[in-house]
Amino acid sequence: MTPTQAAPPTHIEPRPETTRNRRDRHHRGAARWIVLGLLVAGAVAMLFPFAVIVLNAFKTPADYSNSGPLALPSEFYIDGMIDFWNRVNFGQKLWNSIMIAGSVAILAVVVSLFNAYALGIGRVKGRLSIIVLFLIANMLPHEALVYPLYYMANQVGLYNTQLAVIIIFTVIQSAFGTYLLASVFGTFPKEILEASALDGASRWQILWRVVFPMSRPTLSVLVVFFFIWTWNEFFIPLVFLISNDKQTIPVALGVLEGDRLMDATTTSAAALLGIVPAILFFLFFQRTLARGISAGAVK
Amino acid sequence: MTTVNTADAKQRRRPRRAAIGTGERSPVYWLYLIPGGVLFTAVIVVPFLMNIGLSFARWPGVGDISWIGFDNYTRLFADDTFWTSFKNSVAMIVAMVIVPTAIGLVLASVLFDIIGKRFGAKTASTLRAMYYLPQILPVAVAGIVWGWILRPQNGALNTLLEAVGLDGLTQNWLGDPDSALPSVMAILVWVQIGYPVVIFMAALQRVDPELYEAAELDGAGWWRRFRAITIPQIRPEMFVVALTATIASMKVFGPIYVLTGGGPGDTTNVPSYFAYQHFFERANVGYGAAIATILTLIIIALSIVFIRFQARSERKERGR
Repeated sequence: MTPTQAAPPTHIEPRPETTRNRRDRHHRGAARWIVLGLLVAGAVAMLFPFAVIVLNAFKTPADYSNSGPLALPSEFYIDGMIDFWNRVNFGQKLWNSIMIAGSVAILAVVVSLFNAYALGIGRVKGRLSIIVLFLIANMLPHEALVYPLYYMANQVGLYNTQLAVIIIFTVIQSAFGTYLLASVFGTFPKEILEASALDGASRWQILWRVVFPMSRPTLSVLVVFFFIWTWNEFFIPLVFLISNDKQTIPVALGVLEGDRLMDATTTSAAALLGIVPAILFFLFFQRTLARGISAGAVK
Repeated sequence: MTTVNTADAKQRRRPRRAAIGTGERSPVYWLYLIPGGVLFTAVIVVPFLMNIGLSFARWPGVGDISWIGFDNYTRLFADDTFWTSFKNSVAMIVAMVIVPTAIGLVLASVLFDIIGKRFGAKTASTLRAMYYLPQILPVAVAGIVWGWILRPQNGALNTLLEAVGLDGLTQNWLGDPDSALPSVMAILVWVQIGYPVVIFMAALQRVDPELYEAAELDGAGWWRRFRAITIPQIRPEMFVVALTATIASMKVFGPIYVLTGGGPGDTTNVPSYFAYQHFFERANVGYGAAIATILTLIIIALSIVFIRFQARSERKERGR
């Protein structure tokens, strides 16, 4: 995924070049620039929505209604965004999202680790059917769980609490984590486990002193994925988090948009506030994400 | 060959030694499944079974439950909205699986095979990141962005069309029954495209570069290499993308909630939003549960078909 890894093909380049006939080379020379042009045009089109949002997030409402959404702002206007931030208490939404996604990421990885330790290393009886069960759980639409969960949460007083959302997503994410980790642990070097057992380590010690440190790269990929997946979740947080002060960023923005109460520039400022954390994660975790995506694809 | 043999031998020796060493398959490991098992039962197994049970009941969410057998299902099959919502699921599959996979295949192959080799890996990975960017947004936020762009009055798209002299094409994109579903589909294509691009490009990294070199030396153009090397080599990833994206497209909820609320009329309603309406807006819990149960059955059936199909084509591949 990294540029260094992908580099080799460019070094092999000269060899086919010499054997290809001249007309072909000229033809190809022009064609590749056209291809590049098309791809860049496509990429710019993909980014167009982001550009328009940024452009209008810093406009005064008057400026927007006079010169429309495509003109450059006549002044750099940030009051609209500050106003929106204060009105919806965005700082709190940010904290709610971080708290929920962060707790889920850590807890789900711990649960996955325990499950996978029993399934992948302990190889308990019937492990295959248990893994299939987790896999099916991963496919289930949340709609098939949501009403009973809502009802149960009401019964035990967890409705409209972040704890309910954390518990639910810990389980949902760990269903995937268990499946992935169990297959990774299936190839864990047995010699190391045996050596530690001969040294008198208990299973608990083997888990934390041997298996955990050795699988840290995979676990960190899972933490990042669980965090971002939970951050982006909409349906279950929408159902479970009713009061304003408990909502996550996607829910708060989605509900506001659904109400259609905001003017154009405020909406674009709000959208930008929703985009920024996602882009920061992307830049921050790019390596991890790329590693995880390719690992997930091979499975 | 020799390395494979020694590895085999080692593996054959292993079980006996392991049995003495760590006490493999010790029942003690079950203890580690307890926390996960309890949570899993409480959050997935029990609610799932309860949901199936509720689909045989009439219940407004409070008070007494009346059991009505298959009534919800027979009513569903006579309900136009139900059929519309599943027809729209097919549109979601087109928008999230078929179109993005087709475009993604071409993009990934061009980025890898032409851009990466002629303009450097940096150019290719920058372009890849640009195509992937919409994927990182929370779907609700992507919905807000597009809802904003498609505003009928003074919206960015309509303004752009007017600016280039295509006034005739301006629309109330999400409010007109004729254009609402195509608009939602276009937005989902935008959201989804980065996913196959990234996975297919990662897949192409593991393809032996000599295959491409040899084909190029033999004078095979991009299209020939695409058909003869790229597609067969990344077939496993195509299955993964198709399966996961199909499941995701059956579950679409956020974009519909934010963009159209299923409307105008029911033209953009989808099963999950349809179920949500009955659960939480109309207090028809049994009916909602029946929709969710059917949705689940369809997803499981689709997955089985996919996995079967994949296993069969893998067998064929090996048989060749």
